[in-house]
Amino acid sequence: MNLQEIVNGLSLEVKTPSLSIDRDVTGGYVSDLLSDVMGNAAEGSVWVTLQIHLNIVAVASLKGLSGIILVNNRIPDTDTLKRAVEEDIPIMTSPLSTFELVGRLYALGLRCR
Amino acid sequence: MTNTEEGVFFLTGKDFTNAGAASSSLKGILERRGVPPDIIRRMAIAAFEAELNVIIYAVAGMMKYRVTDTEIFVTVQDMGQGIPDIELAMTEGYSTATDHIREMGFGSGMGLPNIKKSTDNLAINSVMGEGTTLEFFIRIRSGGTEQA
Amino acid sequence: MNLAEILDTLNASVLTDKVTLQKSVENAYCADLMSDVLSFSTTKSILVTGLTNAQVIRTAEMAAIEMIVFVQGKRPDSQTIRLAEEKQIPLLVTDLSMFEACGKLYERGLRSKLHRHNQTPTIKCQAKSH
Repeated sequence: MNLQEIVNGLSLEVKTPSLSIDRDVTGGYVSDLLSDVMGNAAEGSVWVTLQIHLNIVAVASLKGLSGIILVNNRIPDTDTLKRAVEEDIPIMTSPLSTFELVGRLYALGLRCR
Repeated sequence: MTNTEEGVFFLTGKDFTNAGAASSSLKGILERRGVPPDIIRRMAIAAFEAELNVIIYAVAGMMKYRVTDTEIFVTVQDMGQGIPDIELAMTEGYSTATDHIREMGFGSGMGLPNIKKSTDNLAINSVMGEGTTLEFFIRIRSGGTEQA
Repeated sequence: MNLAEILDTLNASVLTDKVTLQKSVENAYCADLMSDVLSFSTTKSILVTGLTNAQVIRTAEMAAIEMIVFVQGKRPDSQTIRLAEEKQIPLLVTDLSMFEACGKLYERGLRSKLHRHNQTPTIKCQAKSH
């Protein structure tokens, strides 16, 4: 699946407009614990979280994730966005809850095994 | 006729095993008094967040409560480092928690905002190097004998 | 959705003993950060989480959450299970990832009703330093 399709399908707001969202998403991962993502998220996954801490970008970059979706209208600060652009990690936001956002990604066909 | 009940719980910093025990006891008292469930839920959430703040950030503290037929007052006083910038601490998502605290599921910067959202009034008084006092109350809409 | 249907949907098992399983939920939330659960959740809910410490049980107790499902086969220690039994909160465990667990419950019709506090309380702040 393409990140562009996900952004369109779920009406996500792209917070890193300078980065291309024409990239492949191979699965989904949801967690608010950085250690869990470090240990378990598969490369190419899009990560759903409400953590806006700067370190989310480093984790996504180290794990080769395809992007980060922040839920519950959580807005990342400028430092986080700056780092995201440097590390080429697109960040999107949504007013949906974590549960509903993941539900819709699942309905689009994204999986996490 | 008023039926006032008050008491105090002592809190120990870093005692994560018992974190929530004071709020749980307060919740039990409110249930026994027949306070409406939505009021109990709001007070339990506020008390729990305040209790966790003491456990996470302070050496020790205490939670005092006073319940009347019309209101629930809670004061949580700690011996901690104090809050340097309360406005900043009230911002959703702002946190000074360590990674260790985050991995336990806390420190997402929602504690004080949650207390504010759950209560009818919140007052914060913090002295750097001495500690912080939170005072909050919730009006009991129904279930009281008579309203003033 | 009742507990039996949830067990079936998630291929989950029950960890608690002596807690009624005659429960049902209308809403679902998924989080590892407990303040967010306290902030957004409503009653008649299930919490899907990857955290297994005692604070998760306390959070469910304070927020009046009906039941908790732990994902990725994560199990809390016996002391935490006892606390849940004492508070009459059923604990479930599934081997599914959090993503798959949420996806399957969503597919079965569960949603998150987001709680918006309607009060606008006054705040009095005072910071002193000396």
